[in-house]
Amino acid sequence: MRIRHDKRNRRGETLAGYAMIAPLFIGLAVFYIFAFGQNIYDSLTNKSSFGVPDFVGLANYVKLFKAPYFYQSLQNTLMYVLICVPLVVTFSVLAAVLLNTGIRGTGVYRTLAFLPAVTLPAAIALMWKWLLNYEFGLINAGLNALGISSSVAWLSDPKVVLFAVSMVFVWGGVSYQVIVLLAGLQGISRSYYEAARIDGAGSLKQFRYITLPLLSPSIFFVMVTSIINVFQIFDIIYLIIPQYSSGTSASRSLATYFFEEAFMKFQKGYGAAIAVALFVLILLVTLAQLWFQKRWVHYDE
Amino acid sequence: MMSKRKPAAGRTWPTHLALIILSFVTLAPFVWMLLTSFKTFEESVRMPPAILPEAWQLENYRIVLGKFPFHLFYLNTFTMMGMTVLGQLIVCSMAGYAFARLNFPAKEFLFTLCLALLMVPGQIFLVPHYDIMVKLRLSDTITALWLPKIFSAFGTFMLRQFFQGLPRSLDEAAMIDGSGYFGIYARILLPLVKPALVSLAILTALASFKDLMWPLIVNNAMDKMTLSAGLAMLIGEHTTIYPQVMAGSALAIWPMIVLFLVFQKHFIEGIALTGIK
Repeated sequence: MRIRHDKRNRRGETLAGYAMIAPLFIGLAVFYIFAFGQNIYDSLTNKSSFGVPDFVGLANYVKLFKAPYFYQSLQNTLMYVLICVPLVVTFSVLAAVLLNTGIRGTGVYRTLAFLPAVTLPAAIALMWKWLLNYEFGLINAGLNALGISSSVAWLSDPKVVLFAVSMVFVWGGVSYQVIVLLAGLQGISRSYYEAARIDGAGSLKQFRYITLPLLSPSIFFVMVTSIINVFQIFDIIYLIIPQYSSGTSASRSLATYFFEEAFMKFQKGYGAAIAVALFVLILLVTLAQLWFQKRWVHYDE
Repeated sequence: MMSKRKPAAGRTWPTHLALIILSFVTLAPFVWMLLTSFKTFEESVRMPPAILPEAWQLENYRIVLGKFPFHLFYLNTFTMMGMTVLGQLIVCSMAGYAFARLNFPAKEFLFTLCLALLMVPGQIFLVPHYDIMVKLRLSDTITALWLPKIFSAFGTFMLRQFFQGLPRSLDEAAMIDGSGYFGIYARILLPLVKPALVSLAILTALASFKDLMWPLIVNNAMDKMTLSAGLAMLIGEHTTIYPQVMAGSALAIWPMIVLFLVFQKHFIEGIALTGIK
């Protein structure tokens, strides 16, 4: 009796389990698993908006590895990572530590600091496009007024655009990470600081020997998410740098390159190949992250 | 909790100074956007610029609201956000419960598959997503904006963690009372993971609100655009009238800022949750 009962129970559990994951997996199967395979297949065709695509083997990848634009957008993307990630991490740690002091007015400071996190990136891009305007932008007006320099062509000088885009990204990206880090800071037991103060350690020493190591899981998380976000940087570049302008190729990222080829020139097969390249890059970063996590991060028990 | 950490009196000014600089850098672009939106075009291109508008006039808002169907942008954006959130909460909480509580063949494999999808960048799905939408005759519809977004590996993973944190005795007690698995999920456990549902709802709503590339790809008709894609239309290739662009930007960002100010605690908890494993 008992065995039969268990068996029936188990079958019921299996059925319930499959029934409850069914909506998710039907969706994942169509929109993610099938789509992933479809994209790989598309990358082997000359798919465009019209007509039936022909199978072209690895032609798109051969074209990709010969395209100067691909190398430039890869190089730009790596530059964005190298510039933005350390700045986002540094500023968000600093801001989070300041906001965690519990000083008077913290509530107001905190609300203000979080505003960019809830602002449309498209609007952030437009705000800064205006601030960075060559002729009438506030930033060039400020530079001129202070006599520091003549106007800088932030958004069209090929030597400058990448830095201008990075600046906007950092401004917009710090805010979200501050929230993550503040939560991490609030998880650090106060007793560590009290013990350190009794031992006569100053604020800097406390920061170096308590805050930094105990915050390292959060810092690591911020670093990883920033790297992955910057690898896919698109919105700001797309809206802030005009297409076909002198700043276009110097600021083009892999994601904007993908968008241009697949959805502006409708070279979907080639675009699919760019997406595969981006996937491989992010996969490598993720694997590296798992490897480093074991070595760097200190988890407080 | 906060007051305990008050730094020694007299030494607070460097912290204040740093925080004021931080606030200024954060706030200044918003303030300049608003000030510009009230200026005439002539005023906006005057050099050196005057900080305040001569006369606060709403002309730019009137023009932008006349040129672009902002009421539809709002409606489309909030429909998209609402459907994405609702869909994700239903789909992911059911799957999260099943993965946390039920045993069935291939469970580990299916869950690992789910986790693997977390590592794949979104761009790789976009060309196929667009084709699927065209095939389903859904391009240029609001449905296209949210349909692919409700099947979230992240949401499933997050909710599974929360279901796992609940004591098993709850399930057993309900089972004795004659509840089925769905009943346990819907009536007993779901109310208990409400904080996680709220956090996921906020994270999802925020991500959906901010997305630009997908709305830009799948919908081309002006009346099917979101605020994000609508802003991209605002900045034409021809000469740009910045006071109007700034008015449009202000119109696009206020709803989320108001939501944030009202539900600040939930926003912060939701975002903070992503950083805790």
